[in-house]
Amino acid sequence: MARTGLADPSQPVLRLDGIVKQFPGVRALDGVQLALYPGQVTALIGENGAGKSTIVKTLTGIYQPDEGDILLDGQPVRFPTAQAAGDAGITAIHQETVLFDELSVAENIFIGHAPRTRFGLIDKAEMRRRASEILTSIGAKIDPDVRLRDLGIASKHLVAISRALSIDARVVIMDEPTAALSHKEIEELYELVDTLKAQGKAILFISHKFDEIFRIADRYTVFRDGQFVGDGLMAEVTEGELVQMMVGRSVDQIFPKRRAVLGNPVLQVVGYSHPTEFDGIGFTLRRGEILGFYGLVGAGRSEFMQSLIGITRPSKGVCKMGDDIKIIRSPAEAIEAGIVYVPEDRGKQGAITAMPIFQNVTLPSLGKTSNNGFLQMAEEFKLAREYTQRLDLRAASLDVPVGSLSGGNQQKVVIAKWLATQPKVIILDEPTKGIDIGSKAAVHDFMSELAAQGLSVIMVSSEIPEILGMSDRVIVMREGRVVAELEGDDLSPETLVRHAAGITSEAAA
Amino acid sequence: MTMVDHIKTRVIPDRLTTPAERILKSWEALLLLVAIGIFILNSFASPYFLNAWNLSDATFNFTEKAMIAFAMALLIIAGEIDLSVASIIALASTVMGLVMQAGFGTPVIVLAGLVTGLMCGVFNGVLVTRFNLPSIVVTIGTMSLFRGLSYIVLGDGAFRGYPSDFAWFGQGYAFWVISVEMVIFALLAVIYGVILHKTNFGRAVYAVGNNATAAMFSGIRVGRVKLTLFMLTGLMSGLAAVCLTSRLGSTRPSIASGMELEVVTMVVLGGVNILGGSGTIPGVVIAAFVMGLVTFGLGLLNVPGIVMSIFIGALLIGVIALPRLFAKLKGGK
Amino acid sequence: MNALLKSRESILVGAILALLALIATRFAGFVAPANLAAVFNDTSPLIILALGQMVVILTRCIDLSVAANLALTGMMCAMLNVVYPDLPIIVILLLALALGAIMGAVNGLLVWKLDIPPIVVTLGTMTIYRGIIFLISHGKWVNAHEMSPAFTAFPRAALLGLPVLSWVAMAVIIVMAVVMARTTLGRSFYAVGGNPHAAVYTGINVGKAQFRAFVISGTLAGLAGYLWVARYAVAYVDIAGGFELDVVAACVIGGISIAGGIGTVGGAVLGALFLGVIKNALPVVDISPFWQLAISGAAIIIAVVFNARADRTKGRVILKSAEHAQ
Repeated sequence: MARTGLADPSQPVLRLDGIVKQFPGVRALDGVQLALYPGQVTALIGENGAGKSTIVKTLTGIYQPDEGDILLDGQPVRFPTAQAAGDAGITAIHQETVLFDELSVAENIFIGHAPRTRFGLIDKAEMRRRASEILTSIGAKIDPDVRLRDLGIASKHLVAISRALSIDARVVIMDEPTAALSHKEIEELYELVDTLKAQGKAILFISHKFDEIFRIADRYTVFRDGQFVGDGLMAEVTEGELVQMMVGRSVDQIFPKRRAVLGNPVLQVVGYSHPTEFDGIGFTLRRGEILGFYGLVGAGRSEFMQSLIGITRPSKGVCKMGDDIKIIRSPAEAIEAGIVYVPEDRGKQGAITAMPIFQNVTLPSLGKTSNNGFLQMAEEFKLAREYTQRLDLRAASLDVPVGSLSGGNQQKVVIAKWLATQPKVIILDEPTKGIDIGSKAAVHDFMSELAAQGLSVIMVSSEIPEILGMSDRVIVMREGRVVAELEGDDLSPETLVRHAAGITSEAAA
Repeated sequence: MTMVDHIKTRVIPDRLTTPAERILKSWEALLLLVAIGIFILNSFASPYFLNAWNLSDATFNFTEKAMIAFAMALLIIAGEIDLSVASIIALASTVMGLVMQAGFGTPVIVLAGLVTGLMCGVFNGVLVTRFNLPSIVVTIGTMSLFRGLSYIVLGDGAFRGYPSDFAWFGQGYAFWVISVEMVIFALLAVIYGVILHKTNFGRAVYAVGNNATAAMFSGIRVGRVKLTLFMLTGLMSGLAAVCLTSRLGSTRPSIASGMELEVVTMVVLGGVNILGGSGTIPGVVIAAFVMGLVTFGLGLLNVPGIVMSIFIGALLIGVIALPRLFAKLKGGK
Repeated sequence: MNALLKSRESILVGAILALLALIATRFAGFVAPANLAAVFNDTSPLIILALGQMVVILTRCIDLSVAANLALTGMMCAMLNVVYPDLPIIVILLLALALGAIMGAVNGLLVWKLDIPPIVVTLGTMTIYRGIIFLISHGKWVNAHEMSPAFTAFPRAALLGLPVLSWVAMAVIIVMAVVMARTTLGRSFYAVGGNPHAAVYTGINVGKAQFRAFVISGTLAGLAGYLWVARYAVAYVDIAGGFELDVVAACVIGGISIAGGIGTVGGAVLGALFLGVIKNALPVVDISPFWQLAISGAAIIIAVVFNARADRTKGRVILKSAEHAQ
């Protein structure tokens, strides 16, 4: 603790310079810089796909940068393993808490550096004592002997934070630490961050919520599309300026949204509820409409969309298409009903990356391309050719595996696959997450074209410019419920952020 | 960053390689070379090898295993496995014995064997798909259960005295040196080849094995596909039980002991990825011949069965290890 | 303590007690202390192997080669004893441990360095190890009269009223309990199996942990190999044939999750004892021993269904009201 106490607050503990990280098809980090100062909170701001999680993995030794320097106290260092980063005093509290459900709280805090007895065994008594000391110091009332799986998410966070404290970290990375916390728990977290600051730790705070960034951060750094945009002191910046830096372009300039004439209602959802995921969701979607669903990560949007196509079942609620009540129990039935879903997780749910492009495209349409259950390759290639060309896919040939394509082109394959089923309603879940700007534009362009041709689109997105630029109407969700439905002049970055973060309702309550 | 050009005339070719190129570069081509090599080696090693009747005898080494291997290949491609196949043979053979003792003729005996196999497959499949259990544990359990049932019925006894026309399946010849089993093997090879490579169902099998979640999102009824495959594997084990019982002329509870290993080896040797997602029926067919030739060749050299199993075990590991080893050395890691 | 896991073990204890009570109604002598001690002694090899298998399964692997490892080590020990009858037992024991460890290491290296699925590796080595027994023994048996008296007496020697075999099993239980609960190594097995992704973040090498698990499993199989051959005073190719299934069964019944990360020493021991009681009880209650295989198969299936229901993890809860309602 002493060494951090003596640190000069004007000199960064950790500095990244010119970091480049390349993945097949994507330049995730393109010469970014970042500086973390002792006793100060630096907020890292950027849209999804800006490179935030890549920088966290680089800092914690999971990824090795292709170029650039990591300077610890001004000395260049390398973190070939997670262990090395930990030894250097860097610790991360992740979005998805990376802890061990089957181990006790004390063990989770001390795994890798447990106190030992004279015989080299883990000193359980000492470990328990120190764990309980740390937990008490952060005001957590958690029994160190309890197995982690029996704790709620908020308590797990506290355990993760205790772990960071236990290794006497100099740099603490908090990756969206409040995403799953309640209001009260968030306040407690803020107090904790203040404690860490007072101990002279440098904190990297990643968050989408502007109010908490202004509440807690001393400095900011903004990334956009893997590039460094700017940094400075929070005291010298306004929310508007930050949004401008994050987005980097004026909204209407880049989005090719054509105002389509809206037709009759195509899909009506009334009172969709689920025991744990969402509650009382209702809306009407019209022909040719693009309906945006905005909310913070974990607001229950994807869970709701998946219930619409029969992956999960709603406990209550009615779904009408035209005049018919549709009961959709499986994706197969959804396809038949003409409602399809392009999932957020492209690698896991969208594409079958090891299979060729044409087979991915035709998979839900095999009923159409085949003859009595027998494949007809020529028909498959024809269908795949038609839709991949419409989406302007770039690929060497149609029989290469989807996994060999860039993220943007993979997404085009997935969208082509669903359009080939000729749906009435297409749900796009974060359609441009993690893809390059060129592909983004192509997807947006195409979305607009589809709506103009009379397809109804539901677009789930966490990117404000995308939501504003593409949607005819926006539904905002928070904690599994619809909190606002916005249209026309009501639509602005501020209103979206306020509703999604629950600022207005909290103030009222 | 370049902007998207909106000229939509860009044409993506269907394929860049010709069918000939794809075949030449395939695992199956390599395996075929190995098979030919072993064939030549064998013909030098023993003067008795190149004899139509001897070669015909040799096919019994693999025909029964290969029947199961075809269905098992589909099951493994879909990301599951069935270790209970040899025990299904034992149970099906026992049921056939009971039916025979009850005085029924060959058609009923055969039907009983097939139905028993099918029901065992249903049992495995329902446990795996309905209860969402790992197939490896389920089938290790049913491996004990099915053979255990057979032991309960038979103890250390045996069923003998199958009707003489029953012998046709395992001992009969369709024409000249071509055995009935060989004909069944060839027919099944074609049927499974068509199912896997030429039908929507086959495509679904690949999709499920590569990414069951994405397959489910794409409207494939994953549970149904897997259940069907377990049923097919059970049915094929029942068929193998008919052939094997007919060939041996008797049923003991220890029948086909350890055969599951040889079936899995055949499938893996045939280029099927044990983790699912890829593999072909032609590969399994060639692998069946390779294993048959190796066993036959070693047999001609008077190598005992258990030593052959060392080769089989080494083959199983080697086939997977060597490509990975080369890849590792190439990668320089 | 985790209430769920605790209850799983207490259910198993309850099941064993109920089983004993049931047997006692048919044959009271079965529950006499001396007979229970004999049952424990008879189950000792299974307990030793199940503890090794437990470690492997915890790391999301499986070791099907343990019985073949046991048989090969046993045969080597027996043949060595025939050639050098005066070799002290301690040397034989150390050799058995070393041989088992080497065979375990072969499995582990193939899994760790070449990333081959554990089931493929151990299915392969299972046949290879068995085949090697035939190669070195030429298919011949090593019989009791060829072994030295000291060699065969060791596991049966009585110490404080119990055979050494039982004491060895108890020692293994204690050592494994300490290793699993009180060492970094033991806890790393849980970490690797429970959340391999997170294990990497905490600086644990997943492949290396799996390698170590295989070495432990192999070492214990080697130990059991000598004890088995000496106790039954015979060695041949097929000893302990199919025993790997009993071992896996003991683990599954004992609540070791095949998905990794979940399981305790107590569970594995109880799972083995459950099977041991059944095996020993069948003859005395006049049920043919041929029932044993089917019963253990049914027990595996029931246990795995039961475990799967208990393991179902809580999902993420979005609705705040639902979080408290759960």
